[in-house]
Amino acid sequence: MDYILIAVIVLGAIGLIAAIVLFAASKKFAVYEDPRIAQVGELLPGANCGGCGYPGCSGMADALVKGADAGSLDGLMCPVGGAETMGKVADLLGMAIANTEPMVAVVRCNGTCEHRAKIAEYSGLRTCAAMHACGAGETLCGYGCLGCGDCVAACLFGAISINSETGIPEVDDDKCTSCGACVKACPRGIIELRKKGPKNRRVFVSCVNKDKGPAAMKACAVSCIGCGKCEKECPFGAITVENNVAYIDHQKCRLCRKCVAVCPKKAIVAVNFPAPKPSTTNEEKEATA
Amino acid sequence: MKIKTFSMGGIHPNENKLTHEVPTIVAELPKQAIFPLSQHIGAPAKPVVQKGDKVKVGTMIAEAGGFVSAPIFSSVSGTVFKIDTAIDATGYRKPVIIINVEGDEWEESIDRSNKLEVVETHPDLTPEEIVNRIKNAGVVGMGGACFPTFIKLTPPPTAKAECVIINAVECEPYITADYRLMMERSDEILVGLELLMIGAKVTKGYIGIETNKPAAIELLTEKCAKKFNGTKYQVEVVPLKQRYPQGGEKQLVDAVIQRQVPAPPAIPVNVGAIVQNVGTAFAVYEAVMKNKPLFERYTTVTGKKLANPGNFQVRMGTPMIDLINACGGMPEGDNKLLAGGPMMGKALTSVEVPICKGTNSVTIISDEEARRKEPQPCIRCAKCVGVCPMGLEPYLLAKLSEVKNWERAESEDITSCIECGSCHYTCPAHRPLLDNIRQGKATVMGIIRARAAK
Repeated sequence: MDYILIAVIVLGAIGLIAAIVLFAASKKFAVYEDPRIAQVGELLPGANCGGCGYPGCSGMADALVKGADAGSLDGLMCPVGGAETMGKVADLLGMAIANTEPMVAVVRCNGTCEHRAKIAEYSGLRTCAAMHACGAGETLCGYGCLGCGDCVAACLFGAISINSETGIPEVDDDKCTSCGACVKACPRGIIELRKKGPKNRRVFVSCVNKDKGPAAMKACAVSCIGCGKCEKECPFGAITVENNVAYIDHQKCRLCRKCVAVCPKKAIVAVNFPAPKPSTTNEEKEATA
Repeated sequence: MKIKTFSMGGIHPNENKLTHEVPTIVAELPKQAIFPLSQHIGAPAKPVVQKGDKVKVGTMIAEAGGFVSAPIFSSVSGTVFKIDTAIDATGYRKPVIIINVEGDEWEESIDRSNKLEVVETHPDLTPEEIVNRIKNAGVVGMGGACFPTFIKLTPPPTAKAECVIINAVECEPYITADYRLMMERSDEILVGLELLMIGAKVTKGYIGIETNKPAAIELLTEKCAKKFNGTKYQVEVVPLKQRYPQGGEKQLVDAVIQRQVPAPPAIPVNVGAIVQNVGTAFAVYEAVMKNKPLFERYTTVTGKKLANPGNFQVRMGTPMIDLINACGGMPEGDNKLLAGGPMMGKALTSVEVPICKGTNSVTIISDEEARRKEPQPCIRCAKCVGVCPMGLEPYLLAKLSEVKNWERAESEDITSCIECGSCHYTCPAHRPLLDNIRQGKATVMGIIRARAAK
């Protein structure tokens, strides 16, 4: 009988001492974690894409809470969740958030098989990075799209795909979360995040070729030759020509499309605008009405 | 006696030295010469001429753009047509100086006679003077890497040079430019070696030659004995067993003096060796003794389908197509054009690319031979591990690069890869091992540089 009693007492005593030690330790070494971090984390999409620049959504949640404590959420933006998610986060943290406009990845090359003659065949590893390291690629353009789809592989949202007819990647505006993974993946820096625009309407220079006019012209039928006509035409000062290539500042552009009309090489592209109406007669108008 | 070679890995591809016994001919002057400003490792040269300037053969047209850089000299006389961009051996448009050729007028300072100058008659040649003349003549490694030669001769204070090794291995298939140079200019090469030894302040020299060039071994052994016996210099011609990539610096040091160069950033001089290509030795001779800057070189133009493959003494800036036409023109059908040999050469997309300081060969491979086979899954046969001359595990490095595991790739010494392509050559599954490894190596090097910059 004694044995049982001793065992119970000894074990009970050990348990009691351990409990006291653990209790003391938990008080002494307690780490306070802001409960808001978990709450913010739940609001974020959980894609862990890193598009915000932080390691995953938990890192972003941490940064958001710290930002809120410091008094500003500037520079913090979840590209996947967009304005909606950021609005919810701001409400939770009791902060106002600057209205960031939705962005979308834009492929600035129109060097399709038709526009850009193939002068060689590449038989190495089919990634853009490998082909880029090898030389200009299969065409004379050392700046344009290589068409091996490094951007497609980088996109976690299935928003980008190579058009088999043109050989150029296309972005699905609805699926694109503007996380910027494709921008980083493209060895030639063709893809850029630009303002999504009203009704997805955008105007941009679809060429990044820095060669001088004659060389650029030889390389591709729709290359920007840096002639500067668009720069002169633009009423808003949104266009600059640098290194023989024009660039439209999407913050300044008002989508008037005057540049599109003057570009002699058709290098400036306007997307999602309604097709220009042919000058219709009144009768036809009535008929369609 | 056992014939020496390097200790690890290596392959033996078909030699295809089609032009071994074809004597070198002097190439015709081009109509227009193109001089890329980046013909060497390091900062691009800066142009010192303008459009319309008259230049002579040997006029400096671009000065060194930094410490690791080299000046560029005109190889032709004529007028600067323009400073523009043109496709160079990188495959991209790069800044170049284009000169329209008019006549062939040389700078008076260049000694154009064929008389052999020897060191004994030039007592003013101190080591510093030699290094200085090499630097000012724009001499770079002529084996293809194009590292400025004067830097190699002035090792960092942590290392001490003990010997100069002349790289006359020419292990790359097809190329015979170095062999022809040895057969035709052996006396000059030995004076060049002597100058390199004086410049590096050493008295030991080696000339490593593979045994597939017995005539060169015999000739140089004889000439060495005649020239160096009884002097303070000990020069030895070392016959080496044929094995690719014996011409790699580290492999050559291992083969000749049995010392292993540690992983980067260590260089051969850390184990006491300064390795110079045989073409560089010749260029050093011309630069120091003849006051002739580097604007001419020996180049092989070769390929099984070429009508008359040959060896040329060619002015730099000559478009490749001129040499190809001199060999009977571009063969019919699709071809692969390489600057360099089939193992390490660089595929080009333009025949207008000029011959540069490092262009030891123009190789044309037919479509059938050049075409790659469809890659199959890796069967873990470890042939690539067996042939890697650096003792790496190519299949693993390729996989790590593919899955972008850069930390592991770095710890597996991806930066030690010399990109010789032995793994790729030997893979029975035709996997693009080197393509992947090269990607990984470039990325890891970038990561290391970024870390060092912090």
